[in-house]
Amino acid sequence: MRINLSSVLVDDQAKALRFYTETLGFQKKHDIPLGEHRWLTVVSPEDPDGTELVLEPDEHPAVKPFKSALVEDGIPFTSFAVKDVMAEHKRLEALGVRFTQPPTDLGTVITAVFDDTCGNLIQIAQEIHTRKEKS
Amino acid sequence: MDDVCQAIADATRRAILDELVQRDGQTLFELCGRLTMKHGIGSSRQAISQHLEVLEAAGLVIAKREGRYKFHWFNGEPLKAITRRWPANGRRS
Repeated sequence: MRINLSSVLVDDQAKALRFYTETLGFQKKHDIPLGEHRWLTVVSPEDPDGTELVLEPDEHPAVKPFKSALVEDGIPFTSFAVKDVMAEHKRLEALGVRFTQPPTDLGTVITAVFDDTCGNLIQIAQEIHTRKEKS
Repeated sequence: MDDVCQAIADATRRAILDELVQRDGQTLFELCGRLTMKHGIGSSRQAISQHLEVLEAAGLVIAKREGRYKFHWFNGEPLKAITRRWPANGRRS
């Protein structure tokens, strides 16, 4: 068994595709029309055969209250790995991305949290291996 | 001032204030992360949320909505009542 898909629940698939590709830099992998919505996935250019992120419509009535409750408390439900949180924060802020948490050093990991414009908060995280092992 | 004294009588609530003094305007999520990773406080988000309510009731924390997010800010004003009553230099000026 392996994990091949993960989902983010988005309020607008076209807007989500723009944000996840043009702003974050992922690549579109599948885009299959399914009536009103699409089977729409993106992958990281660093791992094009890796886990696909499904940009899934959030139209189920239970989803919106769930999403807004998480956002109110600043909780990211999805996290991406980056090599350099500071650099990503700088790059994304310059593109107009709203951060609810700037880069924060938590000892073993540096994290930051931003708004994906589709109703979700996303965490970016950089693991720090070396600092403690070296000291 | 009972509510202020009660609010700061708890170590977790003092740690919350420490973290807000370090960086003001945090979400519940960020506060919980800092408390876990920096203070070893493994309380649930629900528990931290309740601590924040106590701090808010005492006026030491102000929660403000900004759009869809809620941020927490430190307010030291109520602490002045303590040094007014018991001045730091030992006497009332």
